[in-house]
Amino acid sequence: MKPRHKSVETRYMEERQAFFDDLKKLDRRSFLKVSAAALGITAANGLVAPTSFQPVKLAYGATPEGGEKSFRFAYISDSHLYEKDVNDRFARSLMRAVDDVNRLEPQPDFVFYGGDLAQLGQAAELELGAQILKNLKVPLKIMVGEHDWYLDMGEKWQALFGKPTESWDHKGVHFVKLLSVIEEDFWTARGMKPMERMQTVAGLDNGVQKPFTVGPDQRAWLKKDLEKLADDAPVVVFSHSPLYKIYKNWNFWTDDADEVQAILKRFKNVTVIHGHTHQMLTNRIGNIHFHGLLATAWPWPYAPEGMPELTVQMTRPDPFNPQDGCGDGEVCVYSDGMVDKIHNFWNRNPVTVTRAYMSSRGRQSGPAKPNRPAY
Amino acid sequence: MIDRGVRDTNRALHWRGNGRVKLLEGGRTSKGMSRRAKTVSAVGATLLAVSLSCATQPGDWLGRRVPQTQHGAAAMDYQAREYDKLIPPADAAQVPCRIDPHIWDAFVPADNKMTVERVALGKKLFFDKRLSKDGTVSCATCHDVTRAFTDQRPTSEGIGDKLGRRNAPTTMNAVLLQTMFLDGRSPTLDHQATLPIINPIEMGFPDGESAARAIAGDVEYQQMFKKAYGREVNYEDIGRAIGAFERTMVFLDSPFRRYLEGDPKAISADAKEGWRLFNEKARCVSCHHMSLSNPLGTDNRFHNIGVSARHQDFEELARRGLKALQEDPSERRLEELALNTDMSELGRFMATKNRSDIGAFRTSMLLNVGITPPYMHDGTVTTLWDVMDHYNKGGEANLFLDGGMEPLALTEKEIDQVVAFLFTLTDLRFAEENQRQMRLQRAQALKSRPLRDDQTANRKKLAFEDRIRK
Repeated sequence: MKPRHKSVETRYMEERQAFFDDLKKLDRRSFLKVSAAALGITAANGLVAPTSFQPVKLAYGATPEGGEKSFRFAYISDSHLYEKDVNDRFARSLMRAVDDVNRLEPQPDFVFYGGDLAQLGQAAELELGAQILKNLKVPLKIMVGEHDWYLDMGEKWQALFGKPTESWDHKGVHFVKLLSVIEEDFWTARGMKPMERMQTVAGLDNGVQKPFTVGPDQRAWLKKDLEKLADDAPVVVFSHSPLYKIYKNWNFWTDDADEVQAILKRFKNVTVIHGHTHQMLTNRIGNIHFHGLLATAWPWPYAPEGMPELTVQMTRPDPFNPQDGCGDGEVCVYSDGMVDKIHNFWNRNPVTVTRAYMSSRGRQSGPAKPNRPAY
Repeated sequence: MIDRGVRDTNRALHWRGNGRVKLLEGGRTSKGMSRRAKTVSAVGATLLAVSLSCATQPGDWLGRRVPQTQHGAAAMDYQAREYDKLIPPADAAQVPCRIDPHIWDAFVPADNKMTVERVALGKKLFFDKRLSKDGTVSCATCHDVTRAFTDQRPTSEGIGDKLGRRNAPTTMNAVLLQTMFLDGRSPTLDHQATLPIINPIEMGFPDGESAARAIAGDVEYQQMFKKAYGREVNYEDIGRAIGAFERTMVFLDSPFRRYLEGDPKAISADAKEGWRLFNEKARCVSCHHMSLSNPLGTDNRFHNIGVSARHQDFEELARRGLKALQEDPSERRLEELALNTDMSELGRFMATKNRSDIGAFRTSMLLNVGITPPYMHDGTVTTLWDVMDHYNKGGEANLFLDGGMEPLALTEKEIDQVVAFLFTLTDLRFAEENQRQMRLQRAQALKSRPLRDDQTANRKKLAFEDRIRK
């Protein structure tokens, strides 16, 4: 006799079976056939974990739109280090990120560090960061954040890491690194000491500091640097602050963003990768695709206004878990200059923002929506 | 639905008054108190003691020789009698003392309301070795009444003396948890009760039907199933009956509870200090939520605290786990991997496939923790002092470590105080065993503290430091 009602257990087992049946459809062979875009969704749903475990063949599948995936790099950003005996949590977090990246298989071509290595630009903080980052197995590219700069106006940082602005080519893709956190002098007239200046820049919601800029010198340099490139050349730009305007009070803002965007306008695709905002943040303005980086130190809440439509917001971090909402990640670069952006959250499932999502303006291949409300 | 109900209710649990306190203090009975409570009080706190893995001979307790059966368990009829002293049969189907009847409803599935017949059937099944393929293992082999409803061994022994990979959780208060098994892969008590029967290294039947067949010829069972569920002997009802029986195992009446209810003398000064540390410096309360309204001491969530990372290349294991599941994602394979292979160390991940669940196990409940050694999902941590050492250094670093794990810099005195607090969480019916455990564990801790790492605990050395060094 069949029972009229299904028991909790039966329903549970049925759901479970359905789940496994779905998994079966993704057998090994068809796995290799699915596009990188579809993989992104699967990954975002937690069916397979990419990042550390992503089999090579999956990551290097062909894409539906023709652009070939050419290489991948890892990112770490916004560690805000204090000296270890003042606060060791952020040092432990950066070490965790280094450990994470060092265990990626295969290893990425390089690691990009997104700025704000130090909290107050002090020599000991920057040295601690340099010492931890030395343990990376692959070459490091590193960018300036405002927390690295305004104590000694970049002296120590440059001594440790070299030029704040530069460009290079890697496997056919042109990379540009900008110092996007230049502020107009607010300190001289006020007679501020270096640490006062630093702490003002490090603060939010104050009427004293000016908005960040790339500045006329770097814009001229950028224009010249890109001159030789054809319009369809793949270009990836790194800037610490987002190269667009979100929310001025928190300096989620680059004041001459429009001018910089104008320089980038002639290219078919440009990817801009920025730190500073400590969150999943996605935007597209015309041909320019913007991706924010997760921090290792703490996640910021989302700004109360100016949020780009394409952004799928990560959910509110667990207050009992200081590393929730933090992490590192990977960027898979295609030959056309677009990227799949993998956010590797430490205590959550990884989320992939695919190039298909970007090129369809959010109509396709969206990252999994979080099941908890955002801020 | 049940699952949901339990979850919602658990947040707002309001546990019923202090009937038994009154009884013990003034000899009065309060209106809401069950007969069971009275009887138990009459038996008093003289009850159980248990043979301990790390000290006395197995089978020795309360100075008496306990008759043994296979796999080192106490004889089944002996256990059944001891159980009756704890929970008199006449009370078994009633709302457990100290739980509000309305709240209790949320813990009882609609298709398995508590009746005397069901509990009696469940009890017979619980102690029946015929439910294992070779007739040597019953539920009570690993959930031994004389060993705090676990087996007090690192991992459990099933048919053919096969050792599993996980520490048997106690069935005491298991009814109040939101998910079953340490990885939460089963949603209800009734469901989980069926699974060990068909696990190849526990009770070993190939499927539920053959398990039901093994007892279906027993006339007594035929009658009991008819009375309890109105059906023939069948596998699902075996689970329901055992579930009903396990719902009787509620043990909440600890000295700490009495302290929370207003008796300042119920626990020692050290334990009070331990309770303060528990909520502050030691950070326990982050996951072990504990109050009058939620006395279990668990958030019912799953955390990677690094226990398994200590013994192996955890990242490599996770990689292999993913690969194995991509190749054969069937449920049977999952069960097999979860219990019989190293994959068992991947914990909750095996049930959800979420990267965030790699190496995560459910936060243990803390009630009665003193008498259920050894600790952690694999039983590799011997004493509560060792448990504190593990947390003091912020767990074991691994790529999936829960971000709430921090070095605690607890002093030796503070560790003693937290441990003193933990020993106040044992139900008074086990007071004697609790004392004995405290003595044994302290002696063991004086001999050896294998997990102690003051450098890391005091942040002289940072987690991940050794791992990233080139």
